[in-house]
Amino acid sequence: QLAPRQPSLFACSVSPKDSQEDLFWSPSGEQLLCEASTVLKCVQEDSGQRGIYGKLVCTDFKIAFLGDDEAALNSDETQFKNKVIGENDITLPCVDQIYGVFDEKKKALCGQLKKYPEKLIIHCKDLRVFHFCLRYTKEEEVKRIVSGIIHHTQTPKLLKRLFLFSYATAAQNSTATDPKSHTVMFDTLKDWCWELERTRGHTKYKVVSVNEGYTVCERLPAYFVVPNPLSEEDVPRFQGHGIPIWCWSCHNGCALLKMSALPKEQDDGVLQIQKSFLDGIYRTIHRPPYEIVKTEDLSSNFLSLQEIQTAYSKFKQLFLIVMSVENNLMSFLFLLLSDNSTEFWDTDIKWFSLLESSSWLDIIRRCLKKAIEVTECLEAQHMNILLLGNIFKSQKETASDLCCLLSSLVQVMLDPHYRTRVGFQSLIQKEWIMGGHCFLDRCNHLRQSDKEEVPVFLLFLDCVWQLVHQHPPAFEFTETYLTVLSDSLYIPIFSTFFFNSPHQKYMNMGRESQDAQNQSLNLLTVWDWSVQFAPKAQMLFTNPLYVEKPKLDKGQQKGTHCKHQRQLSLPLTQSKSSPKRGFFREETDHLIKNLLGKRISKLINSSDELQDNFREFYDSWHSKPPDYHGLLLPHIEGPEIRVWAQRYLRWIPEAQILGGGQVATMNKLLEMMEEVQSLQEKIDERYHSQQGLQTEAASMLRSSSARLSSLFPFALLQRHSSKPVLPISGWKALGDEEDLAKQEDEFVDLGDV
Amino acid sequence: MDSTLILDVPLGVISRIEKMGGATSRGENAYGLEITCKDMRNLRFALKQEGHSRRDMFETLTKLAFPLNNNQKVFAFANEEKFNVDGWTVYDPVEEYRRQGLPNHHWRITFINKNYELCDTYPALLVVPYQASDDDLRRVAAFRSRNRIPVLSWIHPENKTVIVRCSQPLVGMSGKRNKDDEKYLDVIRETNRQVSKLTIYDARPSVNAVANKATGGGYESDDAYHNTELFFLDIHNIHVMRESLKKVKDIVYPNLVLTGAIQVADRVSSGKSSVVVHCSDGWDRTAQLTSLAMLMLDSYYRSIEGFEILVQKEWISFGHKFASRIGHGDKNHADADRSPIFLQFIDCVWQMSKQFPTAFEFNERFLITILDHLYSCRFGTFLYNCESTRIKEDVPEKTVSLWSLINSNKEKFKNPFYTKEINRVLYPVASMRHLELWVNYYIRWNPRIKQQQPNPVEQRYVELLALRDEYLRRLEELQLANSTRLPEPPTSPSSPSQMMPHVQTHF
Repeated sequence: QLAPRQPSLFACSVSPKDSQEDLFWSPSGEQLLCEASTVLKCVQEDSGQRGIYGKLVCTDFKIAFLGDDEAALNSDETQFKNKVIGENDITLPCVDQIYGVFDEKKKALCGQLKKYPEKLIIHCKDLRVFHFCLRYTKEEEVKRIVSGIIHHTQTPKLLKRLFLFSYATAAQNSTATDPKSHTVMFDTLKDWCWELERTRGHTKYKVVSVNEGYTVCERLPAYFVVPNPLSEEDVPRFQGHGIPIWCWSCHNGCALLKMSALPKEQDDGVLQIQKSFLDGIYRTIHRPPYEIVKTEDLSSNFLSLQEIQTAYSKFKQLFLIVMSVENNLMSFLFLLLSDNSTEFWDTDIKWFSLLESSSWLDIIRRCLKKAIEVTECLEAQHMNILLLGNIFKSQKETASDLCCLLSSLVQVMLDPHYRTRVGFQSLIQKEWIMGGHCFLDRCNHLRQSDKEEVPVFLLFLDCVWQLVHQHPPAFEFTETYLTVLSDSLYIPIFSTFFFNSPHQKYMNMGRESQDAQNQSLNLLTVWDWSVQFAPKAQMLFTNPLYVEKPKLDKGQQKGTHCKHQRQLSLPLTQSKSSPKRGFFREETDHLIKNLLGKRISKLINSSDELQDNFREFYDSWHSKPPDYHGLLLPHIEGPEIRVWAQRYLRWIPEAQILGGGQVATMNKLLEMMEEVQSLQEKIDERYHSQQGLQTEAASMLRSSSARLSSLFPFALLQRHSSKPVLPISGWKALGDEEDLAKQEDEFVDLGDV
Repeated sequence: MDSTLILDVPLGVISRIEKMGGATSRGENAYGLEITCKDMRNLRFALKQEGHSRRDMFETLTKLAFPLNNNQKVFAFANEEKFNVDGWTVYDPVEEYRRQGLPNHHWRITFINKNYELCDTYPALLVVPYQASDDDLRRVAAFRSRNRIPVLSWIHPENKTVIVRCSQPLVGMSGKRNKDDEKYLDVIRETNRQVSKLTIYDARPSVNAVANKATGGGYESDDAYHNTELFFLDIHNIHVMRESLKKVKDIVYPNLVLTGAIQVADRVSSGKSSVVVHCSDGWDRTAQLTSLAMLMLDSYYRSIEGFEILVQKEWISFGHKFASRIGHGDKNHADADRSPIFLQFIDCVWQMSKQFPTAFEFNERFLITILDHLYSCRFGTFLYNCESTRIKEDVPEKTVSLWSLINSNKEKFKNPFYTKEINRVLYPVASMRHLELWVNYYIRWNPRIKQQQPNPVEQRYVELLALRDEYLRRLEELQLANSTRLPEPPTSPSSPSQMMPHVQTHF
C-alpha cells in the first residue's frame, strides 16, 4: 500500500537494489534492521491528539516512521527541510531516552524486556518527543521493533559500528563538494601558519610538526603552535605536558595559551626536575616588562562537569513535554482528548522556579563572566593568558573541556573574524576538533558511559547564542544556524563530531584505508551544509543585520601596525605600576606550584584588584555604543541571560505565537531591504540605461505565505487553526496571600440593596 | 563623579516622605530624608544637621506632594502647558459607538444616566439592549452592586456577539433572585442567536465569589439564570495584586489576566457567544479583562488613538477608581485601596506588544509615558474616580489631557514596524515561558541595569525606511526629468551606487 518514497535525497546515494526494500529510501550503505507496521504515531493538534498509521522502521542509521497516508506527510510546505533527516526520522545517536507505557504507566526501557509496551515514547537529544502506539501492531513485530530499537540505541557499541563508517565505505566514489574551500580545518601546517599571520602572532610563535604521525602525544594535533624560544626537543619531555600551546594572539600582541599540567609526582628528585623544566618554559612566555603571563587554573574553583551535566538534565526536562499517558486510544484515526497539554501548563506555573533550580542559565552566566575576565586581562591589562588544566583529557578531567569552551568564547568576544560563519567554523575546528574535545564521549555516541555524557559543546553554543541574541548585528550567522549546528552533533554521516581526537580519527581512517585498497575513507564534514540544506534553506543561516567590516586601505593598516609595534617596545606603560610587578613575581611561584599539582590558594580569582578591574572594564564597555567589529562583551545581569527559545521551545505547539515573535520584525526588515534594493536597481537602470541585475532576493520568509509563527523555521508541529492555547490547570497555590485573597475589594453596602 | 546628577521626580510620584536618623545620629548618611516613589524609585538624601534645613525641606515637600491633605488641588489644575492638539476631544463616546456600528436593531444608546442618577460611577452615555426599557434598567440596577448594570462594551463587527460588563448580582446569603435581572440577561443573549447560551465570566476565584454572598454579593447561579454558562477566571482582588507588585519578579498575575482575556476574546470570536464579564464591582478586574479582550479582537485599539480611546472608555469613563488605586496627592501611602491594577493592564499590553512586534502602532515609550503620567498629576486624565466627579470638578476645562502631550508629538511614540491589519484577532501566548519581566519599566532606575541600546533591528529598519523615501524621491525626479531629456550621470556624493554599501542583503 505504501506509495513509493521520495527519490534519494543524497546526490551521491545509491538506492538499494533489493526488491524487498525498494520502497524505502536510504543514504548509501543504510541497512534495514527491523520494522513494524500498523503503528500509530500520536501527534498533538489543537484540541487533542491525533493518530497517524504507518510503519516504524529501524535501520543502522535511524529510526523512521513512514506514514501510510503519504500525501498528508508530503503536503507539508516547510521549505526549511533537512535533506538528511525528515520530520519523522530520528538518527540513532539522537535518541536520548526510550520509555514504554505499560498499563498506563511510563517506564524507562533498557536491556532485555520481559513484557512489551503498548506505547513507545522516544525522547530525542534535539528535544523532540515521539509517541508510537503499538496496540494494533502484531505481537511479533512489536517484539522485534522494540528490542531492535533498544539494542541499537541504548547498548554500548564499538566505534567501528558507527554508521559513519558504513556510509563512508558505501559512498566511496561520491563527489562531495569541497568543504575545505572556506573553513580552515587546521589539519595542515599551512592552516596554522595562516592563522598565525592573520593574528600577527607569527613574530612570537611558531608552528611545530614534532607530533606528525602522533608520535609524541595522542592528545595533541599533528601540528600546533608554541612560543618561538621554546625548543622543539622540549615538547616530548613530558609527552606534551607542561608545554604552552598557542590558541590565539590579540591585536596588542598578547596571546591566549593553554597548557596541560604535569603528572603529579611524589618523588622529590622528579619534582626538582619538573620545577626546573617549568621554570625554563615559563621564561619563554613571561619576560617582564615585555611579556607578562597570568594563569587561569580551570581545574579548580570553576565549573565541574558534574555541575554542567546535572544542570542540563534538569533543564532539558522543562522542554520534553510529554503528552498524557493515561489516554485511551479508542477510535481509529481521530481521537480528541481534553487534557493533552496538561504537562505544559503544569510546568508553566512553576516555570521560573524550575528554571532557576536547574541553574543552567547560571552556568551560562559563569562561563560568560569567566570569559570576560580573561578578555579583560588580554585586552586591558596586556597580559598573556595561560589556561591551565589537563588539556589532555583523562578520566573525569574537567579542565580540558573548559579550556575549549573558554578559549573559544574569548576568541568570539575579541576577534570579529570568528563572528562570521566561516570564521566560527574555523574556530570550532581549531579549538574543539583539533583541540581534542572528546565529542564521542561527551555526546555518548557509543553509549559506553552515561557519566561521561556532558553537553559542553552545547553549553558553548548556548553562550554564543546569548551573544548573538544580545548583539544581533555583530554576527554573520543567525540563531537558526546555531540551532541546526547543535542538531548536527547527532547525525552520523559527518565525521566532525564523532571522534575524541584527531589521532583517533587518523587511526581509524588509516586502518580502513589498508583494508580498502589504499583508498582513504571519504568522511563528510558538517561544514558542507549543502548535504543537509538546499541553498534556499541555507539563506536562513545568514543574518541580514550583519554588515561586513569596511576594508581599510593598505596605508591605514600599516599605520596602525606601526603604532602598535611602538607601543610594545616601550618599557613599562603607566598602567603597570610597581606593586603589580610584585604581584606577578609571586605568581610565578604560584604557577609552578599549580603545575606541580599542589594547589594552595585561590589567590588569583578572589583578588579584589582583579574584581575591580573586571567591573571597570565591563561597565566602561557597556556604557559606550558597541563597535560590532571590535571587542564584544555580553550583559550578564540576571534578566539578560535567557532561554534559547528557538532551540528549546521549537517542538512545543503551545509555545507558538502565531503571527508573532521576532521573526515578524525580521520579515518586515527583509521586505524593506528588497524594496530598497529594487529601487536602487531602478535608479541604476535609469542612469546606465541597462538592465538591472536580477538578484534573487526571494526570501524564504516572504514566500512562505501569510503568517509565520514565532517557532519559524522549526514549526513542524504547526497548529493549524488560530485558536488560542489556554492553560487548563488552576492557579490556586497562592500560599501566603491567602488572607488577602479572602478579603473583598470593597464591601458591598447592604444598605443600598 | 564630576557630572551633576539631575533627578526628575514629579511631586505626584511621591508616595511617602520619611526622615532618616535623629539629631544624635552619626555617620555621613545617617541623617536625611527618604522618599519612596510610586514608580519604584527609592531616593535617599543625606542632609546637614545644622540649621533647620531638613525640617523645612520635609514640610515643604509634604505640603506640595500631598495637596489633598491640605485641601489643595493637585498640580494638574495649575498646569498652564499649551499643546497644539486638545487631548480631551480624543474620546467621543457617540463617535466610538458609531464606529462599532451602534446603535443597531438590537442595541440602543441611552441617556438615562446623563445626570449620573442611575449609577454614579458609570458614564453618562450607555449602550443597552433595544428591548430593555429605561424602567427595566432601573430595576436591574437595584440588583447589581453599586447599580453597575450590564452594558455593552464592544460588539463584533461580523457575528454581532457582544462583550457586556457589569458588577456582581446582589444574591446574598439567602440566594435572592431578581426576575428583571434574569430577563435582562436573557434579552442580551437574544441579541445574537448563534449560540443558545450566554457566557458569563466571573473574574474572581470561585471561592471568593461564594464568600461574597456573605456581604450581599454573589454570582449568577444556573438555576436562576437559565441559558447561561458561568466560568470563574481565578483572578485575585486588588489586595493580592498590591502585594504581588512588591515582589516584582512575580509575573503570575499578568499571566492570569491575559489568560482570562484570551478566553473572553476567543468566546466572542470563535465561540460566537455573547459574553458578560464582571468581578465584584466591575471596575478593576472587569476593566482589565474587557479592555484586553477588546485589544485582542479589534485592531483599531492597537493604534495610538485607538488605544487612547480604549483607556478613556473602559477605564476612565467606566469608573476605574484611579484616585483611590493610585492615591493622587494623598499622604496615606498604606491605604488598602491602593493597587496597581492599571499598571498590570499596561504590563499585559506590553507583553502583547513583545509577542506581536508589528501589531501595535505605539512603542514601549508610549506605554511608559502613560504610566509616568498615571502618577505625575501633570495631566487631568487619570484624576478622580469616576466621570461624575470629573465633570463636577471641571477637569476637562481646568486641566490638560495626557493625550495632548502624546498626540502633539506622535512620531516619538510610533513603532516603525507597525503593519495595519484589519480584523486580525491577536492571541498572545499566556505561558510563563513567554512572559518577560518588563526591565525597561520595572528596573529602569537601577544603575546596574543599563538603559537599553536602541534595538538594532529597529534602527536598521528606520535607516532603510529613510533610504527608501530618498530613492522614491529620486525616482520621481528622474521620471520628471526623463520626460524631457536624458539624465546626466550622477556626480553628487549621494549617488545611488555609492549608497549601495549601506544595504547589504545576502540574498
